[in-house]
Amino acid sequence: METIIQASYFMAAVIFILGLKQMSSPVTARRGILWAGAAMVLATLATFLAPEITGSDQALTNVSLIVIAIVIGGGYAWWSGKRVAMTDMPQMIAMYNGMGGGAAATIAAVELLKANAEASHDPTGTMTIADALGPDVAILGILGAIIGTVSFSGSIIAWAKLDGRLHRSKLLPAQHLINAVIAIATVGFAIAIYFSADLTTIVIFYSLALVLGIFITVPVGGADMPVIISLFNALTGLAVGFEGYVLGNAAMIIAGIVVGSAGSLLTHLMAVAMNRSVANVFFAGVGTDSGGSATAAEGEMKEIQAQDAGILMAFASQVIIIPGYGMAVAQAQHKIWELTQLLNDQGVSVKFAIHPVAGRMPGHMNVLLAEAGVPYDMIYDMEDINADFKNTTVALVIGANDVVNPSAKTDTSSPLYGMPILDAIESDNVIVIKRGRGTGFSGVENPLFFTDNTKMLFGDGQKAASELIQAVKELT
Amino acid sequence: MIEGLAALYIFMLAGFTGYEIITRVPVILHTPLMSGSNFVHGIVLVGAMFALGIAETTTQQIIGFIAVLLGAGNAVGGYVVTERMLEMFKSSKKEGSEG
Repeated sequence: METIIQASYFMAAVIFILGLKQMSSPVTARRGILWAGAAMVLATLATFLAPEITGSDQALTNVSLIVIAIVIGGGYAWWSGKRVAMTDMPQMIAMYNGMGGGAAATIAAVELLKANAEASHDPTGTMTIADALGPDVAILGILGAIIGTVSFSGSIIAWAKLDGRLHRSKLLPAQHLINAVIAIATVGFAIAIYFSADLTTIVIFYSLALVLGIFITVPVGGADMPVIISLFNALTGLAVGFEGYVLGNAAMIIAGIVVGSAGSLLTHLMAVAMNRSVANVFFAGVGTDSGGSATAAEGEMKEIQAQDAGILMAFASQVIIIPGYGMAVAQAQHKIWELTQLLNDQGVSVKFAIHPVAGRMPGHMNVLLAEAGVPYDMIYDMEDINADFKNTTVALVIGANDVVNPSAKTDTSSPLYGMPILDAIESDNVIVIKRGRGTGFSGVENPLFFTDNTKMLFGDGQKAASELIQAVKELT
Repeated sequence: MIEGLAALYIFMLAGFTGYEIITRVPVILHTPLMSGSNFVHGIVLVGAMFALGIAETTTQQIIGFIAVLLGAGNAVGGYVVTERMLEMFKSSKKEGSEG
């Protein structure tokens, strides 16, 4: 029996690694998640056979409780995961990740409580948690408990902020100082748990870690949320790996640590793509009042009607579409895909240019376009397409603003300065579909809108796209 | 079962493996990949099952129950959203309409 269980865990660990590897290429990604899913089912079923569980005094009660918990927790997650809109994906990932962190923290809690009970029955009364568990298990168990708890409460806050349920970016004055104090206190209580056996200490420790996760996440600006979610994802992986050591479960160690390291690298890549450092995300409180006053743009915006814009595009040799989150909010991606197909029929080459921070998260825009049916080989990353703008007749900007702002390159006083941008300005014509004349997410004026080759098509993204489709259709 | 030093080797090798997997991944897959790795640490469900399985007191059972509840949410939710995202990635070559 033990052999079957261990073999299942071993296979699960191998398949998780292969699955993740496959998920890093669009061609094999789908297969990767299916395999990993099968491995998870295998590991879960094998666990039901474990002698520790079947041989326990309360085996019947505990196994029934396990089944009930899986049905409730899994059922809820299945239901919510199936119905969430693609635009809301980032916060759902945060939520499920928080649950994982919470699970790791509660596993540690059960272990600590068991050790505490064992120590309290010690006749000499000097036994500590470290004695009961062994020093290595105690240290990793407590570490996993801190990390898991912070990831749990932090992810819940991240979910609430992205879901528009929480708008505050400041709880208390001198927030960073208070966070530092709470962090030190949490570590202090963690050490106290190790050297004692006291229930109150454990309870205070968990409460402090919960508060710490909340306080760390609340000041983080909306645009930086993806980095935080990715960081919590890596942290949960680490916590799972540590609790795997506590339980002597190799599959948990391997899966947890692989995610911990992959997630750390992914966090770093995201931060780089967004021109931020991870430390910056935590300590800056961006989007509130940072950023100087950029030089005001000169000139006038020139309006264009959909009719003329359609003609311009239908007779272009190449059109590059630059979508932003505004397109997804207006639910215009389906119309844009329809327009793309019409232009293709006219012999126009159409490409999509995706800035790393388009959407709510790096890669989020690709998901939204994929949902509308756009094949991924029409979609280009910034590095691959920037050189192509000078051969382009029309760059169509829809719902994007800061990612095409040339002042990021030229104006050292701009808050965007240094951020890599899409060089839409290089193309012969730029058409910008925009709701109104206001500034972008960063609140920075965009000089692109005032150049001679830029024309503004004001209006709701979906309506403007429909008008463009109409205009192109009339030509055929 | 897993002694201290052996565990240290596992930690190290797993760390390098994770790093290798992610290097040179295209930006277009960042979100699905984060979601996929989020699913993989859903293996915490197995640990949660042990925690509840070996629980002795009512308090331990309650906490263990929460652990399994959350772990199952992580695993199932992570799977569903990742699968939904990745199922939409398709190539234009299959339809023969290269853009």
